[in-house]
Amino acid sequence: MLIINNLKASIGGKNILKGISLEVKPGEIHAIMGPNGSGKSTLAAVLAGREFVEVTEGTVTYYGKNLLEMTPEDRAKEGIFLGFQYPIEIPGVSMVNFMKTAVNEHRKHKGLDPLSASDFLKLMRDKKELVEIDSKLANRSVNEGFSGGEKKKNEIFQMAMLEPRLAILDETDSGLDIDALRIVANGVNKLKRPDNSFIVITHYQRLLDYIIPDVVHVLYDGRIVKTAGKELALELEEKGYDWIKKEIENNVTA
Amino acid sequence: MEKDQDKIISDVTTGEYKYGFYSDIEMDRIPKGLSEEVVRIISAKKNEPEWLLNFRLKSYRHWLTMKMPTWPNLKIAPINYQDIIFYAAPKERKNLTSVDDIDPELKKTFDKLGIPLEEQKHLAGVAVDAVIDSVSVKTTFKETLAEMGIIFCSFSDAVKEYPDLVRRYMVPYTDNFFATLNSAVFSDGSFCYIPKGVRCPMELSTYFRINSANTGQFERTLLIADEESYVSYLEGCTAPSRDENQLHAAIVEIVAEKNAEVKYSTVQNWYPGDKDGRGGVYNFVTKRGMCKGENSKISWTQIETGSAITWKYPSCILRGDNSTGEFYSVAVTNNHQQADTGTKMTHIGKNTKSTIVSKGISAGHGQNSYRGLVKVLKNATNARNYSQCDSLLLGDKCGAHTFPYLEVDNSTAIVEHEATTSKIGEDQIFYCNQRGISTEDAIGLIVNGYAREVINKLPMEFAVEAQKLLQISLEGSVG
Repeated sequence: MLIINNLKASIGGKNILKGISLEVKPGEIHAIMGPNGSGKSTLAAVLAGREFVEVTEGTVTYYGKNLLEMTPEDRAKEGIFLGFQYPIEIPGVSMVNFMKTAVNEHRKHKGLDPLSASDFLKLMRDKKELVEIDSKLANRSVNEGFSGGEKKKNEIFQMAMLEPRLAILDETDSGLDIDALRIVANGVNKLKRPDNSFIVITHYQRLLDYIIPDVVHVLYDGRIVKTAGKELALELEEKGYDWIKKEIENNVTA
Repeated sequence: MEKDQDKIISDVTTGEYKYGFYSDIEMDRIPKGLSEEVVRIISAKKNEPEWLLNFRLKSYRHWLTMKMPTWPNLKIAPINYQDIIFYAAPKERKNLTSVDDIDPELKKTFDKLGIPLEEQKHLAGVAVDAVIDSVSVKTTFKETLAEMGIIFCSFSDAVKEYPDLVRRYMVPYTDNFFATLNSAVFSDGSFCYIPKGVRCPMELSTYFRINSANTGQFERTLLIADEESYVSYLEGCTAPSRDENQLHAAIVEIVAEKNAEVKYSTVQNWYPGDKDGRGGVYNFVTKRGMCKGENSKISWTQIETGSAITWKYPSCILRGDNSTGEFYSVAVTNNHQQADTGTKMTHIGKNTKSTIVSKGISAGHGQNSYRGLVKVLKNATNARNYSQCDSLLLGDKCGAHTFPYLEVDNSTAIVEHEATTSKIGEDQIFYCNQRGISTEDAIGLIVNGYAREVINKLPMEFAVEAQKLLQISLEGSVG
């Protein structure tokens, strides 16, 4: 569904991604790990269409289309969801109103009529239950006054509402206590279907105790330096990122 | 992609004002300029009684001694009063007895604005007085309302038919520079009287349209709510797009007797000028509400999206004991628009209460000032005021300013003031984009969320329109 080929990107003239190639197939969970500053969040930003990242080379194909030519909202409506590392507050806009607008935009894109108010509220109830989110959250303004954990849970709730084909979770686990981490991970596991995929970006292995990835990539200095099965995450946890750095330096000198 | 975006922005910023058309209506205009002669001509055109001519002349002579105030936080190009036409009216074909007698071109104009003059076609439950340039052309539902004793007609008709009511309640001509000018040259407007104990069964509204070039609009609305009565009133306004500035200096006066309640809502959408700040209406309006009787209540709600410059302070004089004044405002300044607006609450009676909620939205190079005066006089025991002023900024070239004034002469008063300033960030917009919401819709969503408290005060039918208008007036403001 997603093919990234030799992707290079810079922010403010500084090269961040230095040639990334990656393929995600339907039903797969990919974990992207790597030390701070390796380019993980930049990759997520490119896929979601943030303008401050400039793509200098390479291609991204999503279901046969050139993803890089699509607007952020079209990418979203085509099923790409980004779980934000730092979810944004929108004061005065209720979660109900926000989600109704978003869900109906997705429906319009698919040629469906907007949901009636009662159907929409029912959908919200069902999804809240699915992701074990506090029912009060939905009546508040988008992320306003939410705790860090509430914000991350709210991202998972929105993901459940929009049923993306490709969900990119950008360090959704950072700053979470173990209960919140479990709720987030359970949400992902419940939403997993044979036809949708996840890219889980994380600094730590601990999220991967709950979400079992099919493939683990290690990103270092803007390049994917290692790709393997789920055991790679454990190895990383054990040996630390220094191990990767050393390996790379050895390769360079050899 | 950047090119596409530029194109989208230019499309929406150039195409956004939908009411900028001009109608070719046969007009009766007097020559440009202002003099005692012009004041007399206007009065003669309207066959006015002696007392009104004298009122005009006194106002004009007083106005000559006055200077335009310079204290607002506005840049106003000098106004050449000799370059303005002070009276322009569609030519009357004969005495109008039915809608069919109205110039078809005029009818088309109001149809285009969504204000059909045929009653059966109109929004259920709304009566309209349609004013074009200097005169009222049609008042709908007049007869239906008359059955309940409600008078709803043009100001000119009221002068002829109810001179006592008009004389008793008119604002003194000395109120301020533009009120004095209006008192000298006002042409027409709406008049409304709700008798004792009557709850007006429908929304009343005045729709103002400037059509002619170089014409000033100086209308006057007088709204009287007798004891125990209730009325909800709405005004809307638009003008053609032109390169010159046009002056609109109106007066709205409201009087609420004992236990009466008046809700006055404005959706102001005068031509704002183009994206470089050329043209647009100068909206310099006096709005004064007198809570005359005990337990009376006047509530102003305004959605100000249009005009090159908006300069007005709908006020309440809380004279009756236990009377209440409210002011809810959303003012938008985009491109090169400027606004210096707020309210004046004067507490005179005991246990009087006032509430002020002001939401300013600045975009482009827009400058938006809130200016408000809360005055508690010596005998106003237990006066209570709550003021909240919020400013929202889009982009980094606009400005928001707050000038609250408090004058409290009674130690039992409780006066509260809160203010906030926030910005719509690219992050917020991107967050919406990422959920499938376009940038335009995202701005609409964010701005309407911000203004919700005020929009909720509008009558239902108009709340929806106001929401759309807010969104339209800000389209293209974030690149």
